[in-house]
Amino acid sequence: MKFLHNLLEKQKPMFEKGGKLEKFYYLFEAGETFMFSPASTAKNKGVQVRDAIDLKRMMMTVVIAMIPCLIFGMFNTGYQHHVAVGEATSFLSLDNLLFGARWVLPIVLVSYAAGGIIEAIFAVVRKHPINEGFLVTGMLIPLIVPATIPLWQVALATVFGVLVGKEIFGGTGMNILNVAMTSRAFLYFAYPSQISGAVWTQLADKTPVDGFTGATALAVAYDSSTAGGDVVSALGDTFSFSNLFMGMVPGSIGETSTLWVLVGALILIATGVGSWKIIVSVFGGAFIMGTIFNAAGINPFMDMPAHYHLVMGGLAFGAVFMATDPVSAAHTETGKWIYGILIGMLSVLIRVVNPAYPEGIMLAVLLMNVFAPLIDFYVIQANKKRRLARATV
Amino acid sequence: MSKIIKLKKGFDINLAGKAAHQIADSIHPETFAIKPTDFIGMKRPKLLVNEGDNIKAGTPILFDKMQENVMYCSPVSGEIVEVKRGAKRKILEVKILADKTIEYESFQSYSPSDITGLSREDAQAQMMKSGVWPNIIQRPFGIVANENDSPKAIHISAFDTHPLAADVAFTLQGEEDAFKTGINVLKKFTDGKIHLNHNLNAEVSKVFANVEGIEHNKFSGPHPAGNVGVQIHHLDPVNKGDIVWTLTPYGVAQIGKLFSQGKYDASRLVAVCGSEVKTPQYYKTYSGGAINKLVDGNIKQDHVRYISGNVLTGEKIEKDGYLSFYANSITVIPEGDHTEFLGWIMPKKNVLSFHRAWGLFSFMNGKNKEYVLDSNTNGEDRAFVQTGTFEKVTPMDVYPTFLLKAILSEDFDNVEALGIYEVIEEDLALCEFVDVSKHDVQHMVREGIELIQNG
Repeated sequence: MKFLHNLLEKQKPMFEKGGKLEKFYYLFEAGETFMFSPASTAKNKGVQVRDAIDLKRMMMTVVIAMIPCLIFGMFNTGYQHHVAVGEATSFLSLDNLLFGARWVLPIVLVSYAAGGIIEAIFAVVRKHPINEGFLVTGMLIPLIVPATIPLWQVALATVFGVLVGKEIFGGTGMNILNVAMTSRAFLYFAYPSQISGAVWTQLADKTPVDGFTGATALAVAYDSSTAGGDVVSALGDTFSFSNLFMGMVPGSIGETSTLWVLVGALILIATGVGSWKIIVSVFGGAFIMGTIFNAAGINPFMDMPAHYHLVMGGLAFGAVFMATDPVSAAHTETGKWIYGILIGMLSVLIRVVNPAYPEGIMLAVLLMNVFAPLIDFYVIQANKKRRLARATV
Repeated sequence: MSKIIKLKKGFDINLAGKAAHQIADSIHPETFAIKPTDFIGMKRPKLLVNEGDNIKAGTPILFDKMQENVMYCSPVSGEIVEVKRGAKRKILEVKILADKTIEYESFQSYSPSDITGLSREDAQAQMMKSGVWPNIIQRPFGIVANENDSPKAIHISAFDTHPLAADVAFTLQGEEDAFKTGINVLKKFTDGKIHLNHNLNAEVSKVFANVEGIEHNKFSGPHPAGNVGVQIHHLDPVNKGDIVWTLTPYGVAQIGKLFSQGKYDASRLVAVCGSEVKTPQYYKTYSGGAINKLVDGNIKQDHVRYISGNVLTGEKIEKDGYLSFYANSITVIPEGDHTEFLGWIMPKKNVLSFHRAWGLFSFMNGKNKEYVLDSNTNGEDRAFVQTGTFEKVTPMDVYPTFLLKAILSEDFDNVEALGIYEVIEEDLALCEFVDVSKHDVQHMVREGIELIQNG
């Protein structure tokens, strides 16, 4: 290691001010600090010791929390394929994993590469450090797209998300919208045919068995509702509550399994990186809205038991990994409750009432990202008023 | 009404090397220094002495052109040996070679009954010319008090929750009368109350117990529960237009001694502590003493950082440096200029963290584990990312992140509305400690204060 460190140190002058490759200092810095934590010490004045945490570790905690979903997603991609072509094996077979990895890993790689290049270009041009926030975004994007997505779309969406979602606002920490959700919204509106309908199962050029539809639970629920049937019976055994909870159903790569999303949530909450308030309030908001619809009961979808909403589609994944993004969420503790509850309620509202979008969490998160500063504004305003009320002049 | 206030938010940094309750055999530093940089807000220090002058303890050395009547006096008698200047001839240190036995400038002394009849003007004049006045710190802004103000209250924290902080009661043993006299003098300066704030979880020391005519409040909770700024916030917050004064118990006793004995007594007990000190204990010295004799032969290794004060609010000094005016401890920790392979993801158990992010297991060690922390920043400067932890270590109804952002964008109205009058550096020092983006929070707070002062 000493050797490696010395090698890096030798190159350093080239990248520092006045060096030949001065422009690329932040690229060098990113690489160097990735290999070795820096030797920088506290300044003369101010705190003389620092907490062991840094941004890299905080972001990696989120990535680690997503790994269960990623691995499950690979199994599920394989499993859905084998079920669709009539070669179903047990869920945990190596075949499933290998097939899944074959289709999922390229998406992950493309997402990291495309976003990484943009980050690097901006770091060089804008002269700011490469921020580790992209470690999370690069992993989130693959988990919220179907396994059948063309790789060029992944690249394009990532580039769009990083550029429009983040860099034009000034980079990490200053973005208003969740970057990964921005990418997905881009895909949704630019290439709807690749991200809605029967795209959820990677068939890999094989012919599906008779009766295969490839529809998601949300689509089935919505269709049955317009047909006037009972939603729970239309969902049938395939989309039973326990199946939906376990996640062995078609859907985006990482979002189908509520169970493994909750494992991720446990990691985020135990490590304190994700706000439990937001997670709980999104689920709570969705349940409340579902219950309100139950009471209204105008169509069969509204009559669907409220707890089904929590396990269908991407709600759980969005609640745990998207809504909790510390930058785009509400920043005040009171604000987080309001923000979370509204995301949950809006998700279910969009799902049930809006005919165009079967999934609501994406739009709900983006919408509330936009409103989060407003929520904070009122919470802060209350604080200012308390202070002002004490003053006599 | 005296109050009991229990705080929950905050964080105790439990370091190894706590000073034992014993006082080392007297070692007297040879040189002393007055550092104008110790006094935040001092704009234009003017020297009153030249190199070679002989002075006594209590002889004025310098003053601030902006506050001409407040003298900054020599802690010991001796000879001015050097005036160290920096860029633009800024005065950095005025060094004094001390006599073996200290001679004092003599000031008027008073019996306890005389003090009752003493007028504010007379008390004030004696305090300003003798060197004790800079003990009085004004809130807002955390600067030396203006003699023309009548504060709405005076607050004194009788305990210190900073890491390895000197035990306030221990350093004031035997000073009961001086403390009481000091309080009686201070009563002349305010129509409001004098608050003396104790630690709820400890016995009130006899130094403080029998002081009458003031409020005795009790606080509990992790650091910064002992910070006077936090206490003020919960007792009687500083609003726009308000002035309150704060003192350390040491400052009160020093004022007391000025009036009862008629001298500027700058002697003090100083804790020499930290993981790199062989025998962490207390030493008797004077304000501004050179630290070299206190640490010589008492340090475990060479590669260390000497800090005048504590690890949160202190200042790095050299081995031949001097104790700051307000510091009552010297902390010695390892210098942390080392790299670590994949240090950003390796699991760590012996490095303290407020966070529990992946691989940071210090929370499993329990509260009593003592840590050896070095000066490494454990990460690099990054963009501001809101993590919510600033709020978790600030036991006040203040939103530090929003306040800091307002300061960064020089948004006067919001800096004011979000509570700049209620904080100084030390109150948000923990935010700087826990910050994932490694910003200089305390420096930002001072910038915010200056923004309002100069605005």
